[in-house]
Amino acid sequence: MAQRGIREYDAKRLLARILPEYLNEFSYKGEVALVGPETDLEVLASTHPWLKTARLVVKPDQLFGKRGKHGLVLLDADWDRTKKYLKENMGAEVAVGSITGKLSHFLIEPFIPHDEEFYVAISTDRDGDNIFFSMQGGVYVEENWDKVVRIHVNVLDGIDNLDIKSELPESLKDKRIAIERFIRALWRFYAETGFAYLEINPFTFRNGSIVPLDMVAKLDDAEEYWQRKRWAGLAFPEPFGRSLSKEELFIKELDSKTGASLKLTILNPMGRVWTMVAGGGASVIYADTICDLGFAKEMANYGEYSGDPNTEETYYYTMTILDLMTRHKDSRGKVLLIGGAIANFTDVAKTFKGVVTALEEYQQRLQEAGVRIYVRRGGPNYEQGLKLMRNLGKKLGVPIEVYGPDTHMTRIVPLALEGAQL
Amino acid sequence: MSKTMSKTARKDYVLFDMDTKAFVYGYQTNAIQRMLDFDYICNRPEPSISAIINPNRAGIHKVFWGKKEIILPMYKTISMAAKAYPEADVMVNFASHRSAFETTMEALEVKSIRIVAVIAEGVPERQSRIMSATAKKMGKIVLGPATVGGMTAGAFRIGNTAGTIENIIASKLYRPGSVGFVSKSGGMLNEAFNIISRNSDGIFEGVAIGGDRYPGSTMLDHILRYEANPAIKMIACLGELGGEDEYRIIRALLEKKVTKPLVAWVTGTCSPVLPASVQFGHAGAKADTEKETAQAKNDAFREAGAFVPTSFDGYGDTVRQVYEMLVSKGSIVPFEEPDVPKIPADFSKALASGDIRKPTTFICTISDDSGDEVLYAGKRLSSVLEEKMGIGGVIGLLWFKKHLPGYAAQFIELVLQIVADHGPAVSAAHNSIVASCAGKDLISSLCSGLLTIGPRFGGAIDDAAREFKRAKETDMTPEQFVNDMKKRGVNIPGIGHKIKSTKNPDKRVQLLIAYARANFPRTDLLNYALQVEELTTAKKGNLILNVDGCIGILFIDLMSSCGAFSKEEINEVVKLGYLNGLFALGRSIGLIGHILDQKRLGSRLYRHPTDDIAYMMPSAEDIECKR
Repeated sequence: MAQRGIREYDAKRLLARILPEYLNEFSYKGEVALVGPETDLEVLASTHPWLKTARLVVKPDQLFGKRGKHGLVLLDADWDRTKKYLKENMGAEVAVGSITGKLSHFLIEPFIPHDEEFYVAISTDRDGDNIFFSMQGGVYVEENWDKVVRIHVNVLDGIDNLDIKSELPESLKDKRIAIERFIRALWRFYAETGFAYLEINPFTFRNGSIVPLDMVAKLDDAEEYWQRKRWAGLAFPEPFGRSLSKEELFIKELDSKTGASLKLTILNPMGRVWTMVAGGGASVIYADTICDLGFAKEMANYGEYSGDPNTEETYYYTMTILDLMTRHKDSRGKVLLIGGAIANFTDVAKTFKGVVTALEEYQQRLQEAGVRIYVRRGGPNYEQGLKLMRNLGKKLGVPIEVYGPDTHMTRIVPLALEGAQL
Repeated sequence: MSKTMSKTARKDYVLFDMDTKAFVYGYQTNAIQRMLDFDYICNRPEPSISAIINPNRAGIHKVFWGKKEIILPMYKTISMAAKAYPEADVMVNFASHRSAFETTMEALEVKSIRIVAVIAEGVPERQSRIMSATAKKMGKIVLGPATVGGMTAGAFRIGNTAGTIENIIASKLYRPGSVGFVSKSGGMLNEAFNIISRNSDGIFEGVAIGGDRYPGSTMLDHILRYEANPAIKMIACLGELGGEDEYRIIRALLEKKVTKPLVAWVTGTCSPVLPASVQFGHAGAKADTEKETAQAKNDAFREAGAFVPTSFDGYGDTVRQVYEMLVSKGSIVPFEEPDVPKIPADFSKALASGDIRKPTTFICTISDDSGDEVLYAGKRLSSVLEEKMGIGGVIGLLWFKKHLPGYAAQFIELVLQIVADHGPAVSAAHNSIVASCAGKDLISSLCSGLLTIGPRFGGAIDDAAREFKRAKETDMTPEQFVNDMKKRGVNIPGIGHKIKSTKNPDKRVQLLIAYARANFPRTDLLNYALQVEELTTAKKGNLILNVDGCIGILFIDLMSSCGAFSKEEINEVVKLGYLNGLFALGRSIGLIGHILDQKRLGSRLYRHPTDDIAYMMPSAEDIECKR
């Protein structure tokens, strides 16, 4: 559960569908079309007839910004030119900052000629939300940050009694009232639709009405239960440059079906250091320790399991990791760290039962890959859980070292990586 | 215990003391017991839980207080509980993420509730911020969401904080130490208690604010309380990358608002070498700016004068170093350890770990529901169905503990079908109908009918089997048997019918005999019985082998010839009255039919007509006492 980015396509459709509930005069129709790797362009054109008649804008829609600067925006094009552009760029590899990824999704919308560019954004902080507004929108907003107006909306008081108008520059003239009304409505939309961040940069006026040109949005995915109607049909794509592997998807799906938490990110499938750590806090500390000892490049995965997962869930989680780590051979061998803090209520014996079953199934492959296993854990029924592991070590033919709460939590990391002595 | 404050003097900086009373929202029986076990080993005079709030059920809940069982009241609403127990100022809120917000807001509105701990994960950020701001405005405290909570050593624990009783004893949390601890992570709380207890005189209080981006209270809120509390001599905190919370603490250090020695470590130093998109286990753990990285925060802590180890590995060493410094300065005086009361082990846990054993009260040898699938005489229900064993096969397993051959199972089914009903006039059906008409329910009416089964009605199967078997085994000729019974003045069980006779044979008997002749390896006792019948019907036409007799006798033949039963087992079947069970089971089908029939018809109360009763009173003289 966290703040997660959504596509500009979904952000604009949400805005077009829901903002009129707060702002009668908002007439933006949300004419947007999303092209993915599988999209049939002719079918798309028949469901979105304006594609063949209007002048168009095409841009990647994959949660990264500065698309104009990277030369990835096609402006004022007709349908044929658009199709050609999509054909050339779909699947193309591009570098955005330090991240390289493949282009897979594009947003198409009507091209809006304009001279004015305004900036509005809303973010959250502990006490409320911050509304940012500037007349110098578009690519110039950052260099003109001193001209940005900031309005703080207290989380308890809301926006009703705030004087927005006098905060706005007088030079807006006749647009001042329209923008004030827009900002008030936008904040309500933001607060009541589960947003965690929203930026429209720029927006402009067309025939007296506000039109968003570029949008960035993040939602608080914990709101899903309350927002299921408003969010219907909306997707949370992976960040740019990250496509989930089959195994990561499998764990993600497992996670979505349980009250427990199961997370897996593969960092380096060829890495020799694999972790299976219980707990969101402890898992970070294990990763820190591995990096501290200079093994960052060998760290194969980051993940955690917590919230008292059942035996079946830990079995699948372990199996996934064992399968990944025994695929590639390395003459120097590999280590698996089964770590964790002293649990509050997670039943260690029960979770380890699933781990043990998976280890038994992978006995041969673990031997072939030269895996050494280090275990450290405490909490309810830990004695039984650790005994399970020790007994397993005897019959598995794979070296397993087992430690309890008497041993410092991360002590197994140097033991595993440097062969240090207790 | 002297370090905890008493009720009358509870200061603002005190979250919990030995007199703290709490409500637990949600029927979390394990957490409730853990809280009471903690209270008990802390030598608290009274349990810390005033009442449970369970929106589904009011009433009571039984818990252990040491070895003794006590009762906790349970209310449906927060307001009812608060009205009954105004001294409770804490609510431990186990409501799910869907209702955590409304229940917490409701609790904050109650004047007597000062602290709400929200355990649920996945509470939306806006809801968290509203809870937090509301609490602040009212001078109250929200812990969490997404946390196990916190505890004050020797005084009070929230729910599952600090885990098992063994862990509490190992980390000496049953008595106060000198260290105030705060972290984001609830999962690391226990680990920190462990580290701190090994490197100092232990925890005074420990709180996990929760891993979300906007927890109800911040680490600084708690550190300022620790600063104000004279019982706390040093402070330890464990931060995380992401957010600005740590900078609030650093500012307080620089402004000298925090002057006690502070051991700090911020986790997530690995993040620069990981892809930017990795989301750590906690929702708030993501550095959006350089300033929010773990390195930047650790450096800033160090510069502000906090004691910062070089890695998490050194956290315990740094705690020890600060603790020893305080001891040498005399600010901490080591104290004598108090005795710890023992908590009896839970029966189920001790049994599971093999520490105790207990004789069982019952033995069951026919079925087992303790595994993942129910077993009938050791056979999985699914294979019973796969093998199409049928009702006869199941009776074989559950009554006889035998996997009977197919023809034997079918014979049982044949018997059940034959005895299923015999019209409304017979005793059992009549009784059932009368009971049903009197408005009694199905089961009562069925029992009323079944209770007529006995020596005169339907119960002759066992007797017939027994008598014929005895006669044949003692080598009596049919004549000797008939004469013997006559001499004893006993009617031969299984012989004779009220209306059926040689001229009007019982079709059911014919069916049974035909099946047995076609399928059984041998029918010795039947052959014997038919010779007996020849003699009895010669005397009177209705002294035929009746259906009860036929079933009983054929069952003996079946058991003797199918090879599955020893002689002793056959004797046991006859002795224990298995065979009347066949009649009771089969006839229940018909009885239920009659009962339902009457109910469908809406029959009225049955009253027997008086003209069908001969009223014959004794005379006054007859009832006179003669002596």
